[in-house]
Amino acid sequence: MAEIAYWEAIRRAHDEEMANDPLVIAMGEDIGVAGGTYKATSGLYDKYGESRIIDTPISENSYTGIGIGASMVGVRPIIEIMSINFALLALDTLINAAAKIRYMSGGRVSCPIVMRTPGGTAHQLAAQHSARLARMFMSTSGLRVVTPRGPLDACGMLKSAVRCNDPVIIIEHERMYNIKEEVPDEEFFRPLEGAEIVREGTDITLIGYNFSVYLCLEAAKRLESDGISAEVLDLRALKPLDRETIRRSVEKTHRVLVAEEDEAPVGVGAEIMAVITEDCFYALDAQPVRIHAADVPVPYNYTLEKEAIPDVEDVYQGALKVMGKI
Amino acid sequence: MKADDQKRLLREMIFFRRFEDRCFEAYMERKMGGFLHLYSGQEAVATGVLEMAKTGHDYVITGYRDHVHAIKSGAPAREVMAELYGKETGSSRGRGGSMHIFDPTVNFMGGYALVGQPFPLAAGLAMGAKLKATDQIAICFLGDGANNQGTFHETMNMASVWKLPVLFVCENNMYAIGTRIERSTAVTDQYKRVCGYDMKASQHDGQDIDTVMEAAKTAIDFVRSGKGPYFIEFMTYRYRGHSMSDSKGYRSKEEEKQWEKRDPITIYAAKLKKAKVITDADIKAMEKEIDDEIENDIIKFAEESPEPRVEDLYKYVLDDNPDPRWIGPLQNK
Ligand SMILES: Cc1ncc(C[n+]2csc(CCOP(=O)(O)OP(=O)(O)O)c2C)c(N)n1
Ligand SMILES: [Mg+2]
Repeated sequence: MAEIAYWEAIRRAHDEEMANDPLVIAMGEDIGVAGGTYKATSGLYDKYGESRIIDTPISENSYTGIGIGASMVGVRPIIEIMSINFALLALDTLINAAAKIRYMSGGRVSCPIVMRTPGGTAHQLAAQHSARLARMFMSTSGLRVVTPRGPLDACGMLKSAVRCNDPVIIIEHERMYNIKEEVPDEEFFRPLEGAEIVREGTDITLIGYNFSVYLCLEAAKRLESDGISAEVLDLRALKPLDRETIRRSVEKTHRVLVAEEDEAPVGVGAEIMAVITEDCFYALDAQPVRIHAADVPVPYNYTLEKEAIPDVEDVYQGALKVMGKI
Repeated sequence: MKADDQKRLLREMIFFRRFEDRCFEAYMERKMGGFLHLYSGQEAVATGVLEMAKTGHDYVITGYRDHVHAIKSGAPAREVMAELYGKETGSSRGRGGSMHIFDPTVNFMGGYALVGQPFPLAAGLAMGAKLKATDQIAICFLGDGANNQGTFHETMNMASVWKLPVLFVCENNMYAIGTRIERSTAVTDQYKRVCGYDMKASQHDGQDIDTVMEAAKTAIDFVRSGKGPYFIEFMTYRYRGHSMSDSKGYRSKEEEKQWEKRDPITIYAAKLKKAKVITDADIKAMEKEIDDEIENDIIKFAEESPEPRVEDLYKYVLDDNPDPRWIGPLQNK
């Protein structure tokens, strides 16, 4: 076991999968000669060459489409989009093509692409670099959507995504690339489905995904000193969603909070609430709470941005509310 | 070209015309739903270009006006018709319909409804061939209107920078639904538009299949030799409305008549008759045989085929037999 950073975990997954299969390629802006905005492909250009580590022009929709076309004939492209905001340019090829080709060909053609992109707020990047669009991909049939929270999943899920025959959207986070975690030295895979209980507890379930898992974990520590035992659940996979693990946790704790960095309307939290209502309504002992971003374009100003984006305090206060303590 | 091949080509074009006419009838009888875009008038383009390609081996991709491209690529006509009927035996198991014919067994990689979307997909197919170091090329058929999409410019640039083995065939019928090309497009000669991407390009008559084949051969040889992409434009005309709901109020009867004088089937039939390859009686016999085949084999197959099962609604959304090593689900302790 060795401790590595999130970006190194992604790099390792690329390296292993590219070594394993000559038809695995990576595409994106500045990923080759420049080494990648998040260093996720650093050094790989020299190792695999320009035909497999492909520096693309700034043409998100079409280079994604080229990756999709190649995937239809056996290539396994890992497409990096510099920021999820720019993925909006590629929605036609992602949502109208990749997500639907298997279905509209009656299962005869598949599109095993992986699209990786950071989606979340960083530090005062303002409205056009702070989008969180998980809910949009989560609501698209024909896609898999995953949110690895740490190096273990970042490496293991990317490797699984490359081998899986479906289009997989991997949503990362600018504030997670330097997070460290121990990972096995030998090759490992992490499954693309299933929520993970990252902290066991008995009084309340805090559900998060992507960066908000860390808010939940921090809040759980504070709740513990108040004598409240919080269970923390990392959704990991937004699509397909692991309803079973959500239900089991809520049936155990009878109280639930969902924390997300996305805005609330028609959001991931809204979907989780609907699932809870449908699957385990009678297990609830208290009204659930959603913690989410303010429904505004993300402001540049430090104080306003901080106000707009949920933090540990927000999750902690929300949990106290569910517990009836405030 | 041998006389037998010439006869076969004429027969194919007549077959495509009759096939589309029969689709029109079936649509009017409400045997088909959705949008239906017919290819009548443009037959020489797909037939001529694909005659010069290695069909079944090269990748072919196009828009929603796709029946003829699919069949000429090798997709069984019965399966295409069954698809239009929404049947389980259809090329896309009834899940795609007229605009989404697929047959990967002959490398026909689909028809797509989003105008301009096949450009990058085609370049991707070509990239796949290049990575696998095969001698395959990708051929992308699209209309004149598609060239106003961003994907056109983005893809021409990348195809050229990366020297991808892809042939873009522009079927310039001068209309995008009801908008005539001059009203939407600053440069009406489409082949000129790719010179900004340093790409080989040419423009030809699309109604004379001999011209189409000769031009296509040059382009295909160029692309297959690894020199990079090629953009070829054919001037052509669609006889029917854009789709079935189009009353063609945007163009004149005179214009239609002018183009009917340049009918690809009539032109080729006249040439073959003049060369004494075929007689009027032969053509009559051919037409009868085609109508028989369409009615007694193709339509019959479509009519008699089963509907998809309602239980199978969720099939084909994701891989139906995924490998649990990659999928899981994760087991919590
Ligand atoms: C992205 C997109 N925008 C608009 C449409 C509606 N639409 C369908 S076909 C078409 C015209 C396309 O014209 P052209 O590319 O010349 O092809 P043709 O139909 O003449 O073969 C339009 C606007 C669409 N299907 N997709
Ligand atoms: Mg047109």
